[in-house]
Amino acid sequence: MTHANPNPALELRDLRKTFGKTPIIRGISLTVQAGERVGIIGPNGAGKSTLFHLISGRIEPTSGQILLNGQNVVGKQPFEINRMGLSRSFQITNIFPKLSVFENLRCSVLWSLGYKYTFFKFLMDLDDVNDRAQELMESIHLDKKRDVLAMNLTYAEQRTLEIGITIAGGASVILLDEPTAGMSKLETRHFIKLIRDVTEGKTLLTVEHDMDVVFGLADKIAVVVYGELLAFDTPEAVRADPRVQEAYLGSPVAAVTAPEAA
Amino acid sequence: MPPFWTTFFSRFETRRAGAYMVHPVDLGRLIIWGSYALILLLAPLVFTSSLSQTLLSQMGIAIIVCLSYNMLLGQGGMLSFGHAVYSGMGAFLAMHTLNLVSDGWPLPVSLTPLVGGLCSALVAVVLGWVTTKKAATPFAMITLGVGELVWAMALMFPEFFGGEGGISGNRVAGSKPFGITFGPQIQLYYLIATYTFVSTALMYAFTRTPLGRMLNAVRDNPERVAFVGYNPQVVRYISFIIAAFFAGISGGLAALNFEIVTSEVVSGYRSGAYLLFTFLGGATFFFGPILGGILMVLAFVLLSEFTKAWLLYLGLVFLFMVMYAPGGVAALLMMNVRLAAFGHLRRLWTCYLGLAGTALVALVGAAAMVEMVYHLQLNKAMGPEMNFMGATLNAHGTSSWFGAIYATATGVALFELCRREFVRQWGQANEDIEQEIKRRETA
Repeated sequence: MTHANPNPALELRDLRKTFGKTPIIRGISLTVQAGERVGIIGPNGAGKSTLFHLISGRIEPTSGQILLNGQNVVGKQPFEINRMGLSRSFQITNIFPKLSVFENLRCSVLWSLGYKYTFFKFLMDLDDVNDRAQELMESIHLDKKRDVLAMNLTYAEQRTLEIGITIAGGASVILLDEPTAGMSKLETRHFIKLIRDVTEGKTLLTVEHDMDVVFGLADKIAVVVYGELLAFDTPEAVRADPRVQEAYLGSPVAAVTAPEAA
Repeated sequence: MPPFWTTFFSRFETRRAGAYMVHPVDLGRLIIWGSYALILLLAPLVFTSSLSQTLLSQMGIAIIVCLSYNMLLGQGGMLSFGHAVYSGMGAFLAMHTLNLVSDGWPLPVSLTPLVGGLCSALVAVVLGWVTTKKAATPFAMITLGVGELVWAMALMFPEFFGGEGGISGNRVAGSKPFGITFGPQIQLYYLIATYTFVSTALMYAFTRTPLGRMLNAVRDNPERVAFVGYNPQVVRYISFIIAAFFAGISGGLAALNFEIVTSEVVSGYRSGAYLLFTFLGGATFFFGPILGGILMVLAFVLLSEFTKAWLLYLGLVFLFMVMYAPGGVAALLMMNVRLAAFGHLRRLWTCYLGLAGTALVALVGAAAMVEMVYHLQLNKAMGPEMNFMGATLNAHGTSSWFGAIYATATGVALFELCRREFVRQWGQANEDIEQEIKRRETA
C-alpha cells in the first residue's frame, strides 16, 4: 500500500507550537519515508511528546503543516487522523482498565473493520473482529491472559497491551511514546524485539530515553533540542555529529551504549 | 465451560463473549431468561391481592427505567441528574397519544408506550446532542441544567403539561382485540410485563454489540477511544438516545398505569430517585438495576406507608451502601454466589446470622429514636404516647429513650464485633478461593 503512494509517510513543514508565550516547538521540518523507523531523542522538555501530540491531533499547532501520506491533518480530530492511518501509544499507559485483554483488542479493531457505531450485530458473531483480536493477542503473547481485566495485568503486560491496541487498527504510521518507560532491562530487551516484529513494514516513530532502545529500533535518529530539530540522520552519523554530542549525548562519544543486537 | 450464571450475571467487563463459544445452545442463558419470563408471568398468580398487582405493575415500569438509566451510569460512566426528562416526556407524549386514540385515532392502546419511547428518543436527539458534548462532571452539570429547563417549561406550558393538575386520560380506548381492554389491572400488568421482558432483552443485547462495547470503552478511557478511530462523543450520543428510548417506554407504561401524568414526572426529584435506586441495585452488573427497580417501588409504596421517616431511612441506607458496598445489592449478591460456587458459603453462615441479629437490634433501637422524634415533631397533639412495632413508647419518658439508646449501643457494639470476625473469615475464604483458582490453572 505504502509503495503505491509517492508521498512521504509523514512530513512536517515548519511546525510551531507556543503555549502562552513559551515556544515549545520552534519550527521543525521533517520528512519520514514510508517504512522508515525513526527514533526521536532529546533532553527532557525538548518537546518530543508535544511533537507527538501535534501529529496525532491531541493538540493543534500554532502554525506549520503536517502531512500524513500527502494529506493535511492539521485541525483534524484525533479519531479522524487515526482513520487516515496513524496510530499512537502513550507515555503513561493508556488502555481500557475495566475491560479484559480480549475486549481491549476487539475495541481497537472494530473501526478499522468497518463496524462503526453498529448496534444491530452481536460482537460474538463478527468473525473478522474476533479472529483479528485473537491473532493480535497471540502476536503480543497475551493469549494466556485473554479474560484478565487490563487493570489486573502486570506493568510490562499493560505496556504490551498498549502496543497491541496501537497496532490493532492496521495503521501504516505508528508513533510510540517511550514504549519501554519503567520496564526492567530484561523486559526491555524482549519488548524491543516484540515491537520490531509487530511493526514490520510500517513507518515507525519512537520517542525514547533509553539509548539501547533507540539504536536498537531506529534506522534514523532525529535529535530534538529546545523545540528545534538539531540533526536527522542515520544512527552512526548522529553519533558522530559534534553538535549532538555537545547538546545531548555529552562527550565523549563512548558514553553512549553500543547498539543492541535485537 | 464457566458456571452458568456467568453469562447473565457477569460484570460487563469480564463477560466471556468468546470468539469460539457455541452460542445458540447456551443452556445457562436459556435457564436465566426462562426463569425471568416465568417470574414475570407467574408473579400476579402468586401475589393475587390488588395491592400486589399495583406493586408488580410499578416494578415492571421501574425496572425498565432503571435499566435504561444504567446504560448511562454503569455502562457509559455518565452520571445523569436528568433522566426523568426522558421518562417524563415519554409519559406526557404517550398520554397525549392515548387521548388521540380516545378521539378515534386507529392506534391500539398497547402501542402507546412505544410511541412514548420514540418521542423520547426524538427529544434526546435534540437535547442529547448538547448533553453528550461533554463527559464526567460537565456532563452531570448539563443534565442538571436540562432537567431544570424542562421542569420550568412544564410549569410554563400548561397546554401541553397540564399545569398543576397534570393531564389525564382513559386507557380503555380504541380497538379491543380479543376483548382485551386493559381496563382491569391484571391485563395492564401483562402488557407491562411483556414490555419489561422485551426491553430487558433488548438492553442486554445492546451490551453485546460493537456500540455497547465501545460505550464501556468510552466509560473507561474516552481519550483512547478517539485514538482507535471512534468519536467518543458520538458513542455517548447514540447510547444516550437509546437509553432515552427505553426511558420513554417506561414513562408511557406509567401513563397507562396511573392514567394521569403530572409535571412531577420530569422533576429532578424523580431523576434523583432513578440514580439512587440504580446505584442501590448495583450499577456494575447488568441485572443490578432490576433489583434497584424492585427496591424503588417497595420503598416508595410500602416503606412510605409504614413510616413518615422513610426518606430518612432511605438516605441512611444510601449513605451506608455508598460507603461500604459501592457495587450495590447485585455486587453483594454476586460475591456470595462466588463463595457458594467454591463451596465456602457454609463457613460464613454463623457470621451472617450474627451480623443480621445484631444489626436488627441496633436498627430497632435507632428506629425507635427516629420515630419518637418524628412523633414529637408531627403528632404533638396526640400526646407523647405512641405505638412502635407493637410496643407502647412514651416519647417524653426516660425509660423509652434509655431503652432505645441501650438497644442501639448494644447492637452497634456487638455488630462491630461480628463484623471484625466476618471480615477475617471473609478474607480467609477469598484467599482459599484464589489458591483454588491458581491450583486449577496449573492443573
